[in-house]
Amino acid sequence: MKLYPFVIEILQILVLLAIAPVFAGWVKMLKCWSQGRSSPGLFQPYRDIRKLFSKDVVLAENASWIFRFTPYLVFGVALLAGCIIPILSTDLPLAATADVIVLVSLFAIARFFTALAGMDIGTAFGGMGSSREMTIASLAEPAMLMAIFTMSLAGGTTSLSQMTQVILSGQSVFRPSMAFAFLAFLLVAIAETGRIPVDNPATHLELTMIHEAMILEYSGRYLALVEWAGMMKLFLFFTLGIAAFFPWGIAASGDLYAVFSAFFFMGLKLGIEAVFLVLIETGLAKMRLFRLTEFLGSAFLLATLGMLSYFILE
Amino acid sequence: MQIAAQIIGFLAALVLLTAFGMLVQRRMTALIHLFAWQGLFLSISTAVVGFMAGQRHLYISSLLTLSLKVILLPYILHVLVRRLRIHREIETVVNVPLTMLIGVALVIFSYHLTAPVRELSTLVTRSVLPIALATVLIGLLMMITRRHAVTQIIGFLAMENGLFFAATSATYGMPLVVELGVALDVLIAAFIFGIFFFHIHTSFDSLNVEQMARLKEGD
Amino acid sequence: MELLVLLVAPLLAAVALGFVGDRKFAPEINILGSALTFLAGLVLALKVYYGGPMLAGGKFFFVDAFNVYLCVLTSFVSMTTAIFSRRYMRREREHGSVGHWGMRFYHAMFQLFIFAMLLCLLTNNVGVLWIAMELATLSTVLLVSLYRTPRAIEAAWKYFILCGVGIAQALFGTVLLYFAAEKVLGEGGEALLWTNLSRVSGSLEPTVMSLAFVFLMVGYGTKVGLVPLHNWLPDAHSEGPTPVSAVLSGLLLNIALYALVRCKTLVDGSTGTHFAGNIMMGFGLLSILVAAFSLLRQKDIKRMFSYSSIEHMGITTFAFGLGTPLATFGGLLHMLVHSLAKSSIFFTVGHVSQMHQTQDMDRIRGIIKGSPLVGWGLMIGVMAIIGMPPFGVFTSEFLILTATIKDAPFLTPFLLVGLGVAFAALLRRVQPMVFGDAPSYQKTLKVAHMPVLLHIVLVLAIGVYLPDFLSLWFHKAVELMK
Repeated sequence: MKLYPFVIEILQILVLLAIAPVFAGWVKMLKCWSQGRSSPGLFQPYRDIRKLFSKDVVLAENASWIFRFTPYLVFGVALLAGCIIPILSTDLPLAATADVIVLVSLFAIARFFTALAGMDIGTAFGGMGSSREMTIASLAEPAMLMAIFTMSLAGGTTSLSQMTQVILSGQSVFRPSMAFAFLAFLLVAIAETGRIPVDNPATHLELTMIHEAMILEYSGRYLALVEWAGMMKLFLFFTLGIAAFFPWGIAASGDLYAVFSAFFFMGLKLGIEAVFLVLIETGLAKMRLFRLTEFLGSAFLLATLGMLSYFILE
Repeated sequence: MQIAAQIIGFLAALVLLTAFGMLVQRRMTALIHLFAWQGLFLSISTAVVGFMAGQRHLYISSLLTLSLKVILLPYILHVLVRRLRIHREIETVVNVPLTMLIGVALVIFSYHLTAPVRELSTLVTRSVLPIALATVLIGLLMMITRRHAVTQIIGFLAMENGLFFAATSATYGMPLVVELGVALDVLIAAFIFGIFFFHIHTSFDSLNVEQMARLKEGD
Repeated sequence: MELLVLLVAPLLAAVALGFVGDRKFAPEINILGSALTFLAGLVLALKVYYGGPMLAGGKFFFVDAFNVYLCVLTSFVSMTTAIFSRRYMRREREHGSVGHWGMRFYHAMFQLFIFAMLLCLLTNNVGVLWIAMELATLSTVLLVSLYRTPRAIEAAWKYFILCGVGIAQALFGTVLLYFAAEKVLGEGGEALLWTNLSRVSGSLEPTVMSLAFVFLMVGYGTKVGLVPLHNWLPDAHSEGPTPVSAVLSGLLLNIALYALVRCKTLVDGSTGTHFAGNIMMGFGLLSILVAAFSLLRQKDIKRMFSYSSIEHMGITTFAFGLGTPLATFGGLLHMLVHSLAKSSIFFTVGHVSQMHQTQDMDRIRGIIKGSPLVGWGLMIGVMAIIGMPPFGVFTSEFLILTATIKDAPFLTPFLLVGLGVAFAALLRRVQPMVFGDAPSYQKTLKVAHMPVLLHIVLVLAIGVYLPDFLSLWFHKAVELMK
């Protein structure tokens, strides 16, 4: 049975909304196990979100429209990104409207507004978080773009769907450029999603937090949206990695069977990737902020090397 | 054939990556490990080239690299840094991002410099030549930017690795006489720098070459 | 046969001296080995003089007029240095600068160094040339640090690192050379043989050869001590034992230049332009000027003369770069007379610094009072090296200048400025040291006068009358380098 492309699009959004919290729960669960604690369960993020939605919002007196608008924007951006990235199938109608560079700038918009919202209230932590976030962004984004350029060079296109298709049909196995781009992407993804060793998502320690500091003033449904969007971002970066580097299993057509198997493969790959993420997170200590330039500098270097080795070796 | 060329390209990329790793690595032990890894990649790629091109003598050079650059020299270095009690030493490296950028510029530079050779060559491995030259130049950069005697020596040996790689990629290896001779020279050099480390350590109380500034013009 | 003796004698002597160590007769064995080498060199030279260029050892060795003359020079200077070092090193041993193991090491490494240089000269394989050059560096590194003072170790480390880096560039150049040769001559050891390369040099790929030459120039140029790659040279010369300074300055620099000139002929044959020559002229001229002005501000006597070596290597490189028969002739002659004059200067300087217990020129006064032979030896040596007639250096410099006026007149002023400044600087420094009152701390010593006298007489003789066989020889070598 053939599905209409827009049906797949809707399916993708549903998967994004539904699976992202489960994925976040899975990561947390693995982390608990690896540290010898008992975990709150796979569906704890759902319960958290529901609880937050049912609570009242407490707004600061001097909060402007930016503060109230940002959670919706961040959430919307995540949804939009979910339409572009081939999570289940490469046959997406919206994918034609936006390529991977647009994707990067979508995330940049979300970050920009989060940073503004962090400073909007005028508390010390918000401003500190924003300034740190922008420091990281200024280093991470060039590296991200460089990695993406390498990927597009290797794939011959900047459209994610087409890139995935090229790789799916590709012959060459050992592509140093893709390996470098992957490593660079990995480092950038860790920085962008705020994981250890760049940021610790579980801490509210004033000296170390970055992302949490920006959203410290949020409560109620706003916080629910921001948290949910955060989980979606983590999920999206992982599926982006899958689509760009390990696309095997993603459906190339609208066939129902293919889409189901794609869903199955996605679950499998995400499950495995989460293990690696947890290994990194438990194996490494959080870095000092000043070491981040080197961390993201090496991401940039790797991406550049990937691009160079595309020209030199391929 | 195609797959072998791809493997060689991939190994070349790894050699370059280890070269960059050494450029910015601060810890002495990790630095020596990186050097050993580079030697290993080099040795494997030499063997693959030998297999692909049917050049028997490359197997010998591959074995030579394996025994000298992967086992013997790293072992000597390990023993030395342990004896001198500097294996935990952390070197201060100035301006890592700038060094990396210069390294990238060197890669581009060697790509341009070797362009005429690549155009003329018919070998499958010709695309590796710029990487080899870049490895040489990064080794040189390492010797310039680092201030520790052991690090400088590792930079020197990394240069030697690059040269060896260049010989393999541009011409399927130099004649065996020359390669054996070069290996012998490297071995002698290893003993000499071993002696040197002790001399420097006893007369300067440290292996930081920055303290060596007595010989200047007009004194 | 002579060739075998020439190479095996220093090698055997090195092994023997390694075993003999610090015994009383070690210096005599050292002299004996060098003398044997010199004799073999002479016989080989006669053979080549009458029989023409020859290949030996299955094409592995190649002897022609150019390298055999350098062989004789190398073995001769190493012999006189061995004679000089007998007294000198014994005194250093008594003085306690060198220990038991140091002496053993010094003698063995000295012979190994001679072996490496001769191998460099005689080998027909460009790859082996590189290996021997590296061996020559490695064998002298620990000689430079023989005294184990912090300064000596620093100098040796600098020497080791800079020459190591430089010579690595030369290896890359050699790889490129092999790449170009392989296209014409096919794979295998044959493609690196100099005789084969020079035969087909016209069909070697010019772009690759030019690229190769740039790397070879940087590599061997470092060993020649050309500016701006010269930093190791003054340090290594000033901190090592004086006999080592003498052979480094008088011989090693020549050998490196020999390697460079051999490569230059190949590259010029391939490109058909004056590309390699121009680069050499540029480096040469820069070396002359920088070294001449650096001479002015030196305080250490050995350091000053090592800058003078840089200047003279610059002149020779410039001459070979110019490449006209007249210039090449001048360059060959200059190599010869500079070696002889400079090593004799270092011999006297060694005695001088032992007499005064210092290398600081401000504290060296009235040498002539303490030892007339050393004083006059130094004075006459310096007169020779700055190019006063009737010494040989004057002849060679005059030839090179004439060639420059003829083919590159616009460069003549620079050359003249360099020569003039060096002239003034050396004379100004040396005169107060030689003449004047002897200070109280000056000691009188027994000196080895034979090496000094021999060298000075030879330089003078060459200046006054260039024997027929020598000029014929040079003409043959000039022919080779066309």
